[in-house]
Amino acid sequence: MGKKEKKRLRRILIVAVLLIAAAFLPWDRPVSLLWYLAVYLIIGWDVLYKALRNIRRGQVFDENFLMAIATVGAFATAEYAEAVFVMLFYQTGELFQDYAVGKSRASIAALMDIRPDTANLERENGETEEVDPEDVAVGTVIVVKPGERVPLDGVVLEGCSSLDTAALTGEALPRDVAPGDACISGCVNLTGVLRVRVTRACEESTVSKILEMVETAGEKKSVSEAFITRFARYYTPCVVLTAAALAVIPPLFVGGWGDWFHRALVFLVVSCPCALVISVPLSFFGGIGGASRCGILIKGGNYLEALAKVETVAFDKTGTLTQGRFTVTEVLPAAPFSAESLLETAALAERYSDHPIAVSLRDAFGKTLESSRVTQVEELAGRGVQATVDGRTVCVGSHRLVEAMDIPASSGTTVYVTVDGAYAGQIELSDQLKPDAAAAIAALKAAGVKRTVLLTGDTAAAAADAAQALGVDESRAELLPHQKVEAVEQLLARGGGTLVFVGDGINDAPVLTRADVGIAMGALGSDAAIEAADVVLMDDRPSKLATAIRISRRTLRIVRQNIVLALGVKGLVLVLGALGYASMWLAVFADVGVAFLAILNAMRCLQTKHL
Amino acid sequence: MKKRYTIEDLCCANCAAKMEEGIRKIEGVHSAHVNFLTQKLTLDAEDDRLDAILDEAERIIKKIEPDCVLQR
Repeated sequence: MGKKEKKRLRRILIVAVLLIAAAFLPWDRPVSLLWYLAVYLIIGWDVLYKALRNIRRGQVFDENFLMAIATVGAFATAEYAEAVFVMLFYQTGELFQDYAVGKSRASIAALMDIRPDTANLERENGETEEVDPEDVAVGTVIVVKPGERVPLDGVVLEGCSSLDTAALTGEALPRDVAPGDACISGCVNLTGVLRVRVTRACEESTVSKILEMVETAGEKKSVSEAFITRFARYYTPCVVLTAAALAVIPPLFVGGWGDWFHRALVFLVVSCPCALVISVPLSFFGGIGGASRCGILIKGGNYLEALAKVETVAFDKTGTLTQGRFTVTEVLPAAPFSAESLLETAALAERYSDHPIAVSLRDAFGKTLESSRVTQVEELAGRGVQATVDGRTVCVGSHRLVEAMDIPASSGTTVYVTVDGAYAGQIELSDQLKPDAAAAIAALKAAGVKRTVLLTGDTAAAAADAAQALGVDESRAELLPHQKVEAVEQLLARGGGTLVFVGDGINDAPVLTRADVGIAMGALGSDAAIEAADVVLMDDRPSKLATAIRISRRTLRIVRQNIVLALGVKGLVLVLGALGYASMWLAVFADVGVAFLAILNAMRCLQTKHL
Repeated sequence: MKKRYTIEDLCCANCAAKMEEGIRKIEGVHSAHVNFLTQKLTLDAEDDRLDAILDEAERIIKKIEPDCVLQR
């Protein structure tokens, strides 16, 4: 509790004692009126002052104004003790509320405190100087000591260490880095001193992008937030008008002006929509903040809401559910090639490709591939690659390459090789499923996802194998990139809840945008994926999906609780007030008390340990 | 261009919503968002009118919550 708050607490306690004392003082009416008036001014002068000031500025109907009217009204109807009590109760509630807001702001600030304020810049003379990361130019060298957070993205020049990526990925296992490795901002350097060449300016760095995303997530409002904002705009004027009507119309017919006036005051106190206006966005912000701690970046309240309603999850296979690293399992050469020479020929033809299969062919061959042996490399769209190797025309690719040659298609992931137009053999590869992939699908089903679909460019047999091993409901194989978009459109046309597509974010950006919610995974260090997706999983474990869905469901549950609590209590007090059963106490509780409870409830969204 | 400013002593969520609405209506503002929790104003406005827009935004903020300070 800050200094200001302690002062407010002291004032509340003193006034409470003075009020209790009033009950025991045997004073006559004029004296006790003075006593109550004095106590009232001690506890409520600031509210009266702010109310007057705001009216002068044309701001009627704010909280101060409503409380001032209500308590002055209570004085006017000779309810002195009640007037003071209500003001006291209001101030207590405000104190609690401000305290809770301060706490939430502190928790959020702690969550965002992953960007260091300084960087150790290395000067030309070898000395280091502490500077603002914003002033560090790309290409300069910074030094990161053990225990420090990496301030900027870069490449390690010197030193070996482990990096704790927990703040970015939620993953506890440290990452080892050596010279040549990427060093990502926001990670904590654990063991050794690192010299890092900066590759990106401060505002472009990973940690800045993450913070930017979390901070601006609030701008994409969910349906419930939009509803609350609209509701708040009409709620206060409506309640105030009803209060005015209540004060004037019924007593014209049945009399009892004082009583109806009192009922109208109760209405005024309940008319502030603050509980809702604070707690709903706070819940969403908390949910998004909590998720970011688990390495799940959600780009807006609307996506969080959509994620909670997910019914269908479509997956890309390679790199999403599988590790995306192929290993050669079998080499089947056709005469006159040997296994060794076939692999060498294929590896040479794929010498310049970045495709995972090409990488695995080169790894399997394992020896140096002289670039002078490969010329005229050409991409054969949708089929593979053609190159001149040692003067012979070599094609390496899918079954389409050898369709005309009467070669049976194999069931797994296979590349076919032709040399000078004649079949030279085939190489079988396999891709390992991620260790947590099957558990991830099971967790999705447990979380209530109705349908899981595999969309892949791989062969039907490989897709069916993976689908069966993982327990995926459907699989669509041999899809070219644009066919994946069509497949997602067909799934969308079936209707039902939200459709989520999960991919690696690099090759499937169009599919990510087409789905209701596009999720990219393994995004740490990949800008393209962070840009393209609505939800970003910083590490590459598919089991994070179920976590994301659980966080969004819980957030939505808390939002609903808060809406029901705030509207329910306010509605009830309004009805009781109109009928003359609600005291002003109850009204103050319905205002500040409910706001306080709603804030506390909303803060649960930040917590992600027990979902 | 998008810029972010701190609003100090922002203490009422409903007021933050009112400020946002008011600032959005200023001429030359493409988009505005007031985040009650981080106490930040994110403003996307015409650059050549930025000073005038900020003056107007400050006036709106002061009108709604007189104790608030817009840090420019």
